[in-house]
Amino acid sequence: MSEILIKNACVIDPLRGINAETMDIAIRDGRVVEEVSGAAEVIDAHGALTLPGGIDSHTHICGTKVNFGRYMSPEDMRAGRTPRRGPMHATSGYSVPTTYGNSYRYSAMGYTTLLEGAMAPLEARHTHEEFTYTPLQDTMANALFDGNWGIMEAIRDGDTKRVAAIIGWTLSAVKGFAVKLTNPGGTEAWQWGKNVSCIRDPVPYFEVTPAEIIRTVVEANELLHLPHSVHLHCNNLGTPGNYTCTLGSLGLIPDLNPKRQTLYATHVQFHAYGGSGWKDFCSKSEPIANFVNMRPQIVIDMGQVMFGRTTTMTADGPMEFNLHRLHHDKWSNHDVELETGSGIIPVVYRRKNLVNSVMWAIGLELALLTKSPWQCLLTTDNPNGAPFVRYPEIIALLMSKKYRDAEFATVHPDTSARAPLPAIERELDWYEIAVMTRAGQAKALGIQDLGKGYLGPGAEADVAVYPIHIDEVDPSTDYRKVIEAFGRTEYTIKRGRVVSRRGECLVDGSNATFWVKPKISDNYDMGKDPDFIEKFDRYYTVRMRNYPVQEEYVNRSRCIETEAEI
Amino acid sequence: MIVKDVVCPFCGCLCDDIEVDVAENRVVAVTNACELGTKKLMGEKRMKNPILRDGDTWKDITYDEAIRYTVDMLTHAERPLLYGWSGTHGEAQCVGVHMAELVRGVIDNTSSVCHGPSILAIQEVGHPGCTLGVVKNRADLVIYWGANPIDAHPRHLSRYTRYADGFFLENAFRDRKVIVMDVRKTETANIADEFVQIKPGGDYAVLSALRAIVRGKEDIVPRTVAGVTREQLIRVVDLCKAAKFGAVYFGLGLTMTRGKYKNVRNAIELVSELNRHTKFTISAMRGHYNVYGSNEVNTWMTGYPFGIDFSRGIAFYNPGETTAVDILARKECDAALIVGSDPAAHFPRSCLKHLADIPVVQLDPYPNATTAFCNVQIPVAVTGIDAEGTAYRMDGVPIRTRKVLSTSYPSDEEVLSRIYREMQEAQAV
Ligand code: SF4
Repeated sequence: MSEILIKNACVIDPLRGINAETMDIAIRDGRVVEEVSGAAEVIDAHGALTLPGGIDSHTHICGTKVNFGRYMSPEDMRAGRTPRRGPMHATSGYSVPTTYGNSYRYSAMGYTTLLEGAMAPLEARHTHEEFTYTPLQDTMANALFDGNWGIMEAIRDGDTKRVAAIIGWTLSAVKGFAVKLTNPGGTEAWQWGKNVSCIRDPVPYFEVTPAEIIRTVVEANELLHLPHSVHLHCNNLGTPGNYTCTLGSLGLIPDLNPKRQTLYATHVQFHAYGGSGWKDFCSKSEPIANFVNMRPQIVIDMGQVMFGRTTTMTADGPMEFNLHRLHHDKWSNHDVELETGSGIIPVVYRRKNLVNSVMWAIGLELALLTKSPWQCLLTTDNPNGAPFVRYPEIIALLMSKKYRDAEFATVHPDTSARAPLPAIERELDWYEIAVMTRAGQAKALGIQDLGKGYLGPGAEADVAVYPIHIDEVDPSTDYRKVIEAFGRTEYTIKRGRVVSRRGECLVDGSNATFWVKPKISDNYDMGKDPDFIEKFDRYYTVRMRNYPVQEEYVNRSRCIETEAEI
Repeated sequence: MIVKDVVCPFCGCLCDDIEVDVAENRVVAVTNACELGTKKLMGEKRMKNPILRDGDTWKDITYDEAIRYTVDMLTHAERPLLYGWSGTHGEAQCVGVHMAELVRGVIDNTSSVCHGPSILAIQEVGHPGCTLGVVKNRADLVIYWGANPIDAHPRHLSRYTRYADGFFLENAFRDRKVIVMDVRKTETANIADEFVQIKPGGDYAVLSALRAIVRGKEDIVPRTVAGVTREQLIRVVDLCKAAKFGAVYFGLGLTMTRGKYKNVRNAIELVSELNRHTKFTISAMRGHYNVYGSNEVNTWMTGYPFGIDFSRGIAFYNPGETTAVDILARKECDAALIVGSDPAAHFPRSCLKHLADIPVVQLDPYPNATTAFCNVQIPVAVTGIDAEGTAYRMDGVPIRTRKVLSTSYPSDEEVLSRIYREMQEAQAV
């Protein structure tokens, strides 16, 4: 039995409505409890800001394309090397660090749960292998279904239940957590070198539209009673004028689940562009945020861009090829049979560049214009908008108008004519930041029932103690202190163990992987469906029996069983 | 007993549709595999136990003794080299990286002598690729460049290209064109629709000419380029542009000939260029069944695919300096652990001379040319036969190999984990 008592913590715990109360947190055997014995190890927080462990509901940290981002970029690896030290292994990389690099740096920032945003089912084993070497965070992965042949055929046949059945079988097989649609239909079109421009273009050969894919998969997701909603990367990413496409996509979504959103739209910054080309490119954060404000069934994440060098990587293969033609830097592409694809290119976001400056502004605007922090979560789509180590700066930008103005003075001078940011006065408070970085993320992922994102009895003891006293610091002026505090916790506690202290990791970790297994009736069991089996054998190059990810790969497996309606 | 859907542990095709007939804990028949795979699955005579060099002869030792020898050797070495890794499973490769980090050694894999140049090219210009099934289902044009799959990857043609029907190609043999670019008329060239014979060392020039033609600059191309006529080059470009989906597969004939990584870079840039007209991909024909896996493992753990030097505590990478051949040729390393490869059969003589002078431990199920240079050889289970573990196919698809026999041999992972644990304990003292 291991016990810890964190005393004198200044707790913000939005899922329980607690806002800056000084209290003690008792931990036994990895869970928060009412009280502990006198033998418990005592950690005196001295009134420091104490939050549930950070949760990143959309990041790219493990898997085929992440690793290819490393593989093709020795220059990025050189940019972040640390030596082996104590239990810490050597790390490399800045925008795409090694698995240990990701894990240690996230832990230093108080993050204890990470969702890998895109996993090609055929290559899922790779993601799980890397999860094993991400020792200090619990992990989970979205499985990609955007160009899935079986699903597109079932949609063409109008068979939503079959769509659900294929999703259910695949998620269980590859130990995935949720459904991801990246440029639905576009990744299949890209395997012919084509794309779809928005939600009404038919996908070549399959003759279904992205709108049909989105709507049907959203319905199927609810038939399976999955903890998380569909995770959508809209069509037409990164193109001037794409906000209409984004609004069209969001407009398709009914309100189907009383507990959480029905759609999680990711990195919406990249989808909130106005103008008819790069010359009149401008922010359309306002119509998007207004729309989200009226639709409780939608949660978005920012996809904030920060200036500097990074690597972009997405399942949106055609988009990456277009970016490559724009930047003329190196380009990798990886199409995956019957399922999806991906692309990777390095980029530098520059303050001197008008488009980049507007992009930077849009992310912040989305967060400031969305009324409820539960509906707009803090991400950079790591590493696409920026590496996650920039989160503390983003927090400070959201909390301080003064900091925003100071930064705004350094960006391209025409930005003010293209983006409403300078006119926005709102400054987020500590509570709202806690929602956007943990409570809201837990709720959106549907993992609060598993003990994530709060600090009440029964919760998993994932805690971040930040070296800052919120009654002494005014974030709107002392934003440097905010950046520093969120950059390095005093303590990060993962499932009841102190894993990181002032940025030094202390143990080798014992992470768990969460995945879902919908219980589906025999009639809809794709493992027994003759048509499904026949197509699998004919068109995949891996045998059906060799496809599922074996339990051996799932570190401390946490299987979430759901009762499907099929 | 017939075991179905067995994964062949021989080449980078990683065929997973093999049927193996097992009787009395021996493989008695193999169906679906090619000759190379069948031979491996049927097995050869195995060593019974670890052996230690004793003057001119060998003496049998126990696993405990062999492990202790290895721990001593690695912990006392100043610059140990941990080399090979292509013929073993990912789990063992992971332990290998941790070991190298702990002893501040250099870890390198066989790609430094095969597709190392391809990796260098990718690090400059990227890699537009795809999984093998995308080619099987879509490609109406396949180019083999400096590769002879009939010899090295016999089922590549039947599973993925020439004879493989796919979703969009009901009759692959009729609807898919195959072009072979090579310096000699190989067996693969015999079944090609178009064979382009390039003078040795001329790949770079031919690639440049093709790129010029794709860009519409055919008038600047001379009448012949490295022995290939302009007409034929134009015909090749026309075929490429007319294809709905083209796939290039290249082998050591491109990576290890004059120009090396520049050849591969030029080929990748040709493919990028073709993507402005149609869809094209390019991929390396990887040799060992899990050489790609060792690049993957090294990358997620250290940031680099091969040739990683931990002597400064951090992961340092500089191919040409931190790669096995260079370290041996400079007589830098003072101990070597060889796992899942046979450097003695491939390395230059000067490297072997040094290998003979330093203590060497080899983990391998079978004696091979490197055995002659070893002080200790530790027999292990064969991944895919009597041990299971992860392997990455040449296109990056990870597959779990199956175990079809049970023997008492420990797996690479088991032996290495014990060595690693004992090294940690030795260091803690
Ligand atoms: S082609 Fe390669 S993987 Fe397939 S059976 Fe032959 S040796 Fe084995």
